[in-house]
Amino acid sequence: MNQDRRTFLGQTGTFLILSASAALAWEHVLAGTPESAPNYNTKDHWWGMAIDIEKCIGCGTCVRACKTENDVLLEEGNFRTWVERYVVDTADLEHPRVESPNGGYAGFHEREVTGANLKMFFVPKLCNHCERSPCVQVCPVGATFESPDGVVLVDKSYCLGCRYCVQACPYGCRFIDRRTETVDKCSLCYHRITKGLTTACCETCPTGARALADLKDPKDPIHAFLRDHKVQVLKPQMATGSKMYYNGLDGSVR
Amino acid sequence: MTGVEGFIYPNEIELQWSLLIVLYPFITGLVAGAFILASLERVFNVQAVKPTYRLALLTALAFLLVAPLPLQLHLGHPERSLEMYLTPHTTSAMAMFGFVYLWYLMVVLVLEIWLDYRKEIVLKWRASQGWLRVVYGAMALWSDNIGDSALKLDDRIGKTLTVIGIPSAFLLHGYVGFIFGSIKANPWWSTPLMPIVFLFSAITSGIACILLLYFVTCWYRKVTVDMRCVDTVSKYLFYAFVVDFTLEMVDLIQRIYVSDESFRALDFMVKTRLFTSQIVVQILVGTVLPIVMLGVTQLVRMKEAARRAIYVMAGTLTLIGIFAMRWNVVIGGQLFSKSFLGYTSYKMEFATREGLLPSILLMILPFGILWVLIRLLPPWGHDEQPQTKQA
Repeated sequence: MNQDRRTFLGQTGTFLILSASAALAWEHVLAGTPESAPNYNTKDHWWGMAIDIEKCIGCGTCVRACKTENDVLLEEGNFRTWVERYVVDTADLEHPRVESPNGGYAGFHEREVTGANLKMFFVPKLCNHCERSPCVQVCPVGATFESPDGVVLVDKSYCLGCRYCVQACPYGCRFIDRRTETVDKCSLCYHRITKGLTTACCETCPTGARALADLKDPKDPIHAFLRDHKVQVLKPQMATGSKMYYNGLDGSVR
Repeated sequence: MTGVEGFIYPNEIELQWSLLIVLYPFITGLVAGAFILASLERVFNVQAVKPTYRLALLTALAFLLVAPLPLQLHLGHPERSLEMYLTPHTTSAMAMFGFVYLWYLMVVLVLEIWLDYRKEIVLKWRASQGWLRVVYGAMALWSDNIGDSALKLDDRIGKTLTVIGIPSAFLLHGYVGFIFGSIKANPWWSTPLMPIVFLFSAITSGIACILLLYFVTCWYRKVTVDMRCVDTVSKYLFYAFVVDFTLEMVDLIQRIYVSDESFRALDFMVKTRLFTSQIVVQILVGTVLPIVMLGVTQLVRMKEAARRAIYVMAGTLTLIGIFAMRWNVVIGGQLFSKSFLGYTSYKMEFATREGLLPSILLMILPFGILWVLIRLLPPWGHDEQPQTKQA
């Protein structure tokens, strides 16, 4: 091969410098993003929630707390969590009467339930933080992702605002925040739970109808909850791996 | 809440995908259909449709250039759309759009048109002056080899490209159907038949579009309509439409018979909010009527003028029907709540980003592009003599 010493040394030098830079950069790529909560290790947690329908009184405190804590617009169609009221006639189980005025933000008007064959209950809803999230699957750029501790999050600096995830969510948990033109949803108060706190909705619920659950913690009360109650997730036929476990979920709930 | 009936989830008050997203499958469908018609001549050597070959290719290109625009206009952050190429999320059907699109645009369509026109581009380059000379020189990539062996090679590569192009066109529109068909949360969309139905409706709409454009260009150029050509194209339109309609009916019958949990909600929707656009416009006026009209021309001996009139009417109705089908899929799929307990409505705006006005402009734009393309690369003249007699 025809090559003088100067060219050889130049090329070798370039190769070595570039390899060393690439190796250094790769180390940083592998290291990932440093966590803002230094004592929190994502690998030690697997978050979900226990929701006890029999305890929910439909006061809407959770909705208000969520809006305040997470700076959610006080507009129609902007809910990270909401509460629905079901009135079911035992003679017509397939046609429940459901309402959620302003997401239950101001609670519900009293409703006289007349007739012995009516039942009424409240269903708090939020993102199901599914293990196999359809929303995560369809996001074209990976702006919606599942954290290693099982929380479905949105990187708003990356979201295109294509709304495909809104279509893909079977539970209606996503909406577009018109201020950022990006998608928004329940983050399970990730900024709180990574610091050892509970979510705003669980914190403020006066009856303890909601409880944040760490399924990887063997001492978490969720295990007793799941063991002692007949629990169900919403729309189990969707096979999304929902981690919102409901006690007392009526078959009429959609 | 106005326009809402029954119970919808509180976040469902806003319809996420507007008229712009109706245009997207409609336009890509025209692309795929036009290309498949063009391929008939090239691959299967159907000489009768030859007068439409180049027109179909240019039309496909004109519409394909416009296809991503409604999506861009719809995005909350169009400036981030390049991320779909740079950091695509591989499990997302939508992320693959950029790649399918680029493949089809650059590898199949542009290359095929270039190879087919190369000789004429070089001749025009040699003959033209001024800025046109620069344009044609650039289009020829400053290569003027149009010797016999070079042209033979062009033809061979062109033929191979068309063979690759047919599955690519199938992929392009089958994929658009998959974007909807793969959403399990939405029973109106979620059917494995969706990509196939989209594909056949694409072929149908593309053929109808080229048929009409051929009539328009003949009228504009004052040349006789080649009856053998329009008879053959209309025959293909008839066959494609019958297959498309059959598939849609299979889907409908299956849904009615199975009657799963979503059926009552969807049935109610079709009988109320979608009745006009689905039953009247799409099925009766936009499908059954043109199929019957085209069927009659297949069975009954008719005068040429009568056949031409029927072809124009049937082609127009077909395009209306397929547009209605896209509307019913995209908008219809968002009118019912995923709770199956209520319905919302779509309020179309006019002069807003996602309103009627930009949609109309977006539908005019491909015709403008086609006009420029036809000026630069006339699709006729190389194998026919214009006649002065108007048919």
